[in-house]
Amino acid sequence: MVSDKHIETLLEKYDNGETTLKEEQQLRAYFAQGTIAPHLESYRVMFQYFSNTKEETFTKEVPIHAKKRSYIYQWISVAAVIVIMFGIFIQFNNDRPKTFGELTKEEQLVYNQTKEALNLLSSKFNQGASNVSVLGVVGNQFDKGAEQVEYVSEFSKTTNKILKQPNK
Amino acid sequence: MTQADFVNIVMPFKDKVFRLAKRLLVSREEAEDATQEILLKLWNNQEKMEDYKNVEAFSMTMTKNFCLDRLKSKQAQNLKIVHSNYQDNNTSLQKQIELNDSVDWVSKIIEALPEQQKIILQLRDIEQYEFEEIAEMLEMNQTAIRVALSRARKTIREELTNKHNYGVR
Repeated sequence: MVSDKHIETLLEKYDNGETTLKEEQQLRAYFAQGTIAPHLESYRVMFQYFSNTKEETFTKEVPIHAKKRSYIYQWISVAAVIVIMFGIFIQFNNDRPKTFGELTKEEQLVYNQTKEALNLLSSKFNQGASNVSVLGVVGNQFDKGAEQVEYVSEFSKTTNKILKQPNK
Repeated sequence: MTQADFVNIVMPFKDKVFRLAKRLLVSREEAEDATQEILLKLWNNQEKMEDYKNVEAFSMTMTKNFCLDRLKSKQAQNLKIVHSNYQDNNTSLQKQIELNDSVDWVSKIIEALPEQQKIILQLRDIEQYEFEEIAEMLEMNQTAIRVALSRARKTIREELTNKHNYGVR
């Protein structure tokens, strides 16, 4: 049992903010028990309040699952990168041109036939084009003829005036 | 870090965070919101959390700063935090009688203290931290903490003896 005297010196230290945690523990214990000198009543009230307050707890739930979703996003981005890389890889593999020697016999044959057919087509095409140009010349001549016809009609107008025939 | 690990780390001091928040913000709802926010911040910064030697001290500092910011912004908006705990203590006789209980007066008196003294008193007399820890949390030197604490303790006792001598109000 601690003496009142001891408690009073402790309280003085306490008021000056000089007590250690251990000494404060002693004070707490003293004021928690029943018999207290009446002049120390105000301290009792304080210590009682402190220990009451320490009982209060935080009861609300904290929603800490929010982090989960971002992991999913991480994996989605990883998957997207893989898909893109794969796509680029395939693209480059296909684009590499093969040399003629690398083709099989059959392919070479087909290639040659196609080439010949295309050559034939292009030569015929050129012939066709020259024929079309002849048509163009004909068209030109036709325009000239049309001009001359115009002269003739002008001439006949004038003749009509001279002969005083009524114009239709 | 899994959720369970996090809960294990946070468990021992979440109530301390809450009580400090309540000391500063007074209303229980505000304090709960603040605590929730602080725990969420910790969860979202868990990589950083492993760097801190003392997560608890760091959290208490965070709580202090968060609540002071809250108070400041409320003041700026000219809003008062609703003290639902004490809201209608004048109206009901029941409350009057409860307030006669000096223990409740202590919380009233502490409420009127300057913020820094409130924080120090809370950390020392209620949460029982060492001065060294408090100094780390508040980035103050220990002498200044002792002085503020002594002032707070003396004020409370003076007010209490006044109340005892002159009765309620």
